Amino acid sequence: MIASLGLILLCQLMGEIAVREIGLPIPGPVIGLMLLFVLLLGRDRIALLQRGPLQGGGVEKAADGMLAHLSLLFVPAGVGVVQQLDLVAEHGVAIFLILLLSAVVTLLVTALTFVAASRLLSRRSVE
Amino acid sequence: MTGNPFSLWVYLSQTPLLWLTVTLLVYAAADAISQATRRSPLANPVLHSVWVIGAILLLTGTPYPNYFDGAQFVHFLLGPATVALAVPLYENRSTVLSAVLPMLIALAVGSLTAIVSIVLLAEAVGLPRDVVVSLAPKSITAGVAMGVSESMGANPSITAIAVILTGIMGAIVVTPLMNRMKITDFRARGFAVGLASHGIGTARAFQVDTVAGVFAGVAMSLNALLTSLVVPVLITLLVR
Repeated sequence: MIASLGLILLCQLMGEIAVREIGLPIPGPVIGLMLLFVLLLGRDRIALLQRGPLQGGGVEKAADGMLAHLSLLFVPAGVGVVQQLDLVAEHGVAIFLILLLSAVVTLLVTALTFVAASRLLSRRSVE
Repeated sequence: MTGNPFSLWVYLSQTPLLWLTVTLLVYAAADAISQATRRSPLANPVLHSVWVIGAILLLTGTPYPNYFDGAQFVHFLLGPATVALAVPLYENRSTVLSAVLPMLIALAVGSLTAIVSIVLLAEAVGLPRDVVVSLAPKSITAGVAMGVSESMGANPSITAIAVILTGIMGAIVVTPLMNRMKITDFRARGFAVGLASHGIGTARAFQVDTVAGVFAGVAMSLNALLTSLVVPVLITLLVR
């Protein structure tokens, strides 16, 4: 458990170092995500990776534990709204409405694109 | 005993312990209510935790930085939780591979729609530039969105609020919207809500259908990647 958690933190740390040193325009944790994904894929092929922190589903357990309470992690940042009450008073209604509109448009465009693309591709593979 | 309840308060309000405890307990209560209402989207635990804790801070006159001294221990976990998204992606890699082309097309189109629509709308209603930039990554998970916002010199706490609001809105509207539009493919429905509304949308998708949940999780991870790459480019193109 500790080793798995340590491995997740190590992936993030490597990501942060890469971002700082190479000047990548991506947040460090996203690089960490890719790194952990590659390690998990590598575990199926490379014997060395099957020992150590990746063994016995430890990383899976640590990850599931964190993702099960993902909502909690948004709370401290969300409470930051108390610092933005001027902004809320001035632009709150506009921000609310444009976020809603953008969410509805994004949901529709994404779902319809997915349906259209999968129909088009399956028709082509039948022919 | 000091005999003076006020000096006890002065001490407690300065320690990280008090605000960490408040964060966990308020969230636990909000989560219990959400469970009791069978995860009704309107009983969203993030929404209700935020306003309750915000009200406590305002009523006690506690500055946000004092609160954050305690809450930072929770906030810190957003980074590792983003890394942890590799696990569901890995576990569902065969499902993902079987629909990889429609997913990548929907990802590209959806991700651009999310960013371009909010930037154009925000400019149209005349919001200040730093607010426009702060809203741009609103469809992706908070940890990454705040990183994007910070790296562009925008305001991460506005981003956090936009992310959370977007998550809650998507989770509430997705089911009625998709039913009305007669979109019955749960892969498409899940993918759309994960892309548009990150973790909060993904949690909602899992309540409706397992396949939808898996596709939502994948969409959330992929969009976190793509949006963090694309936002800086689009902002320079769209915002003067």
